[in-house]
Amino acid sequence: MSELDFAPFLLSFKLAAITTLILFIIALPVAWWLSQTKCRCKPFVEAITSLPIVLPPSVLGFYILFALSQNSPIGAFFEQTFGIKLVFNFTGLVVASCFYSFPFMVQPLQGGFETLNKNMLEASYIAGKSRLQTLYFVALPNIKPALITAIIITFAHTVGEFGVVLMVGGSIPNETKVASVAIYEAVEIMDYKTAHIYSLIMLSLSFLVLLGVYLFNRRHNKRIGV
Amino acid sequence: MIELSLQKKLQGSHGAMHLDVNLEIKEHDFVALSGKSGSGKTTLLRIIAGLEEAQGEIIVSEKIWQNSKNYLPTQKREIGFVFQDYALFANMSVLQNLLFVSEDKKLASHLLELTELTELQNRLPHTLSGGQKQRVALCRSLMRRPKILLMDEPLSALDMEMRNKLQDDILKLHKEFGTTTIMVSHDPSEIYRLANRVVMLSHGKIMQDGTPKEVLLQTKGSQKFSLKGELLDILKADVIYIGIIAIGQNIVEVVMDEAEAKTFKIGQSVHVNTKAFAPSLSH
Repeated sequence: MSELDFAPFLLSFKLAAITTLILFIIALPVAWWLSQTKCRCKPFVEAITSLPIVLPPSVLGFYILFALSQNSPIGAFFEQTFGIKLVFNFTGLVVASCFYSFPFMVQPLQGGFETLNKNMLEASYIAGKSRLQTLYFVALPNIKPALITAIIITFAHTVGEFGVVLMVGGSIPNETKVASVAIYEAVEIMDYKTAHIYSLIMLSLSFLVLLGVYLFNRRHNKRIGV
Repeated sequence: MIELSLQKKLQGSHGAMHLDVNLEIKEHDFVALSGKSGSGKTTLLRIIAGLEEAQGEIIVSEKIWQNSKNYLPTQKREIGFVFQDYALFANMSVLQNLLFVSEDKKLASHLLELTELTELQNRLPHTLSGGQKQRVALCRSLMRRPKILLMDEPLSALDMEMRNKLQDDILKLHKEFGTTTIMVSHDPSEIYRLANRVVMLSHGKIMQDGTPKEVLLQTKGSQKFSLKGELLDILKADVIYIGIIAIGQNIVEVVMDEAEAKTFKIGQSVHVNTKAFAPSLSH
């Protein structure tokens, strides 16, 4: 046990925490807009935001790798302007994870906003409040279960990603070697003991996270009398 | 003075409909908007509130709320709105619901006192009864001291007793705050008690406009009284016919001759009236 390396887990959690934070900021306005808009383009935007759910991670990883590498305009721009490389390092992983986990943040939030009583939001506008004030003071506090679900599922899903991470990050210890990749490598070199321990940790954590979400939602629903 | 001249194409339950309303309302008036469902009442209210767009003009006390060039957003219109389903902010207590609209604590406690809600001010909406919720919504709608108070069937989800109580509250607040109130309602007794003007809409157009007495009283000419009902059945009894008619919650019988019985169809809406004698009241 003494030689067991927990660095991949720390890296996974760091990646998931940063990704969740960034996605919360980016996905919140998107989810709010999708829930309120009557625009004809809504199905297209919905289809694009949901793509990462159905695309094989290798396809997503391949495109991200292609787009961010030094040979592409985006990758070249970041390297020349900011001196940042976007592939095979932690920054690249964050960017890739944000694409990969985007729908897991958007969809629960959008679903939550859509179940809100429209008249309640209108009452806020009539009270003279802007859309932003209505979002923060009326909409968000009334979709707490959806909010918690979105944050936890995004976090857990990012911890659990494998294909995209492998494609974009490779397996550089302390940089891109996250837990799921570490398990894959342990199995590959037939270190089943390590693979077992890592896998059991992942399984337990995933279960506890989901249990936490469902317990919270149950308690919340009881409290507000649903 | 509130001047409305509004046009909008609507998709109603009976196909396309053209809402076309020209209306002038005096300040401090209490106007009841009535008419069958799908006649455009709620839409008209929502257009005045800026919740739905329409062509035309809204001018309130010489201030343009909307015309072909300008469109004042909902937030800038000085209105209060009471929804049929209360639409309280579920995450806020009774008092917070009021203070979210305006920080005026004095006004909030005054309103809560008037409507006997002071005891409940720290409760969350889901712990209140329907009548209590609607009283909170009524108080909340007045927190900005609105020029126009719009109410969309505010009492239709409540029982009779609660309606009477809230009608008193509405009247009290309408007078104290001097708002111009426009209320959608189907209930003739409610309209008679509260409004000084009734506007009847049908298929998006104004069909009748007058005092509640002019519009609601159904008697014509020498008729002493007239009640609207639904013909439920026609029974033959020897040589005469008896029509069974539902009026409100009551069922009555009316004698008909054979010729009359042939002109009426079961299920049709009829007026029951009498000229020969005056009806009397009893307990």
